[in-house]
Amino acid sequence: MATELPRKEAAVIGVGWAGGIIASELAKDGIEVIGLERGAERTVDDFIMQKDELRYAVRYDLMQDLSKETLTFRNDRDMRALPMRQMGSFLLGTDLGGAGVHWNGQCPRFLPYDFEIRSQTIDRYGEDKIPDDMPLQDWGISYEDMEEYFAQFDATIGTSGEDNEMTAPRSTEYPTPPMVETPAIRMFKEASSDLGLHPYQGASANLTEAYTNPDGQTIQQCQYCSFCERFGCDYQAKSDPIITVIPTAKETGNFELRTHANVRRISYDGEYTDGVYFIDTRTGEEFFQPADMVILTTYVMNNTRLLLESEIGTPYDPDTQSGVIGKNYCYQIMAEAQGYFDQQFNLYAGAGALAGQLDDYNGDNFDHGDLDFIHGGTIQLTQTGIRPINTNPVPPGTKQWGSEFKEANAYYLFRTLSVGSQGASMPYVNNYLDLDPTYTDRFGDPLLRMTYNFTEQDRNLAAHQTQRMEEIMQEMGANEIVANPDIGDYNIMPYQTTHNTGGVIMGADPETSAVNNYLQMWDCENLFVVGASAFPHNSGYNPTPTVGALSYRAVEGIKQYYENPGPLA
Amino acid sequence: MADENDEQNSGISRRQFLKNSGYIAGGLVGGGLLGGVFAQNFLGTTDAPDIDTDDEVDTTSPGELTQARMFFKRQEDFDVLSAAVERIFPDDDTGPGAISLAVPYFIDKQLAGEYGFNSREYMEGPFFEGAPTQGPQTGLLRRDAFLHGVRTIQNIAEDHFDESFFDLESETQDEILEAFEEGEVDMTGIASDEFFSKLRTATIEGAYSDPVYGGNLNMDGWRQIGYPGSQMSYTNVIEEEEFVEMDPVSLHDHHE
Repeated sequence: MATELPRKEAAVIGVGWAGGIIASELAKDGIEVIGLERGAERTVDDFIMQKDELRYAVRYDLMQDLSKETLTFRNDRDMRALPMRQMGSFLLGTDLGGAGVHWNGQCPRFLPYDFEIRSQTIDRYGEDKIPDDMPLQDWGISYEDMEEYFAQFDATIGTSGEDNEMTAPRSTEYPTPPMVETPAIRMFKEASSDLGLHPYQGASANLTEAYTNPDGQTIQQCQYCSFCERFGCDYQAKSDPIITVIPTAKETGNFELRTHANVRRISYDGEYTDGVYFIDTRTGEEFFQPADMVILTTYVMNNTRLLLESEIGTPYDPDTQSGVIGKNYCYQIMAEAQGYFDQQFNLYAGAGALAGQLDDYNGDNFDHGDLDFIHGGTIQLTQTGIRPINTNPVPPGTKQWGSEFKEANAYYLFRTLSVGSQGASMPYVNNYLDLDPTYTDRFGDPLLRMTYNFTEQDRNLAAHQTQRMEEIMQEMGANEIVANPDIGDYNIMPYQTTHNTGGVIMGADPETSAVNNYLQMWDCENLFVVGASAFPHNSGYNPTPTVGALSYRAVEGIKQYYENPGPLA
Repeated sequence: MADENDEQNSGISRRQFLKNSGYIAGGLVGGGLLGGVFAQNFLGTTDAPDIDTDDEVDTTSPGELTQARMFFKRQEDFDVLSAAVERIFPDDDTGPGAISLAVPYFIDKQLAGEYGFNSREYMEGPFFEGAPTQGPQTGLLRRDAFLHGVRTIQNIAEDHFDESFFDLESETQDEILEAFEEGEVDMTGIASDEFFSKLRTATIEGAYSDPVYGGNLNMDGWRQIGYPGSQMSYTNVIEEEEFVEMDPVSLHDHHE
């Protein structure tokens, strides 16, 4: 029997960026919130000895313990799904702050085109441009209506950056100035400009000067120390939930944080939820937390999984293409061109979001009339700072060990530059999430099953981006360029990106979406599901600012619901 | 770019020397090529690692006080490991090799802990052979894979060359390691190319990780590539056109 706890007005499941934003905004308004975090508590003191590549970047100290819970994977429905036994393609976070702690801090906004992608594609190219097996959908809200929430997120985290004609329009200035231009980034920008493109300094949550946000939380100045991605920042110079929204929530006195609280079920009577069941992972004891409103803000995977296991919403069925939970799982289509130079660059220095970037080949910023794909991707030269275990850029044909390797690695380590594209990912009827019939987690609950492969759209997009990046690298004067335009089949092991999206998508129609544009579930009006799980497709950009903006949008909806319960859209 | 964490390589193509040798798993010395090419090695200049512990250890050095075996029980296993990682990361003009950097001790320490037990990975059954896109699907722990691997290396050395692996010429050692790299050696529970990939990755980790883990002794792994370690700040360097060299810094410097 579950021990029943005192009732709360709002229960937030998972305390990362989305959960932290929602908890802080509701608590500021006097709403009693409990945050149920399955991981451990975490403070900035945990990051003091963090400049350790082996522990964090290779052994994944900040990531989910897969021995307790993972997912299964197959490329298509004819394949037997098998467990992701080791982390590889994407890195799932854990503990307080979630993946918001180990992000790089790259802060682009999605394009206006993204929010109305279906309508705009049909307007410009006609209905035939969208393949029959691509369930492309508008998001049920325009960028214009989303802009104020993007601005709120920027103000909270202190985004650094500069304006550019190819990026989404802004109502406010960037809170902090752009990051410095390194020699490698300058080369990239000059070469791109010479090709008629429009490079700019990427938007960053590694702040260029100390900044105090509207809640009174201070983020410090970045030292370009190179330990961002996969690490927590020891300077408090990379905005994360631990130094912004979570302390803000706590300071209100209306927020109770409960760690080691692993939610297994959202209680549901077919119409409403009245709370959640969780296990205290330290003791195994089961609790019931009653709540007037439940806000599900875990990572993409668990948002979908918890709804399926709680039997809320209709599971997606790829045979009939009906149902919504698990639908439109998308990823990102990464491509790269590597160039070898005579010159040595100080590449050991850097920051996670230190980038020269261009969006001439992103969204619908270029004509797709004669192209066999839609959308595109941002193209970047990112100087995150290289570390020696994971970066061994020896030219192709070099023996991978022995003196030949040692010599080439020592020579090329600081003479190799890489330009990358984060390609957009369009939905496909056979790419989806459901529950695995065989494998379970430590509690005996079914694991999430991912069915996913790259499509023709993805392959064509990747080939296009690779060619564009080779042109830039050529213009930069590389002696030799290595690029592979053929992305093959999706493989769960090599690291690509932790930009997983979809499964609980937003929209204007309950038949084709799981949540409305306030992230309120169509099938359970006092349950809000917030995160990149709401994206109907994934753009050619990092997702975090859009997750942040959707969180502020949800806050508005939750507050309205609190005052006046009922469907919001 | 290749990802060092991808321990599942495929693509087995039999190399000529093993094909000609008539090699069979379990160790049958085959035909002429092996005998012919490698006969000279029986005369034996040795390339054994310097692992003699009986004399002249400076026990006042705190670094060396941590140099003892935590995982490998048999000296012979450790000696094979040492000789193998020294071929993967040899002492040469670029800089000190794996043994000088204490990489064998690094690997030994890693295998003794959570890395060796795959303790943060999903190890529940049932186990099935997966597609190459599905990642490792073995239930074999790394600690067992390494023991199995070094003993297989030694078996091949003894069966084909009547010598311990660590007594063979370096060229011969390389030939054996290449056979593993190409996936040509029969192993149980793991393909030989996967084992080689693990061994190579562990060697790179031992050479380039912070010295706190027992490898990269004196930060000489970093010095030979010009990596400055874990400096606190690069605000003075980040915009510099010229390459800036500096003495490396380790976690120990952050710990005072």
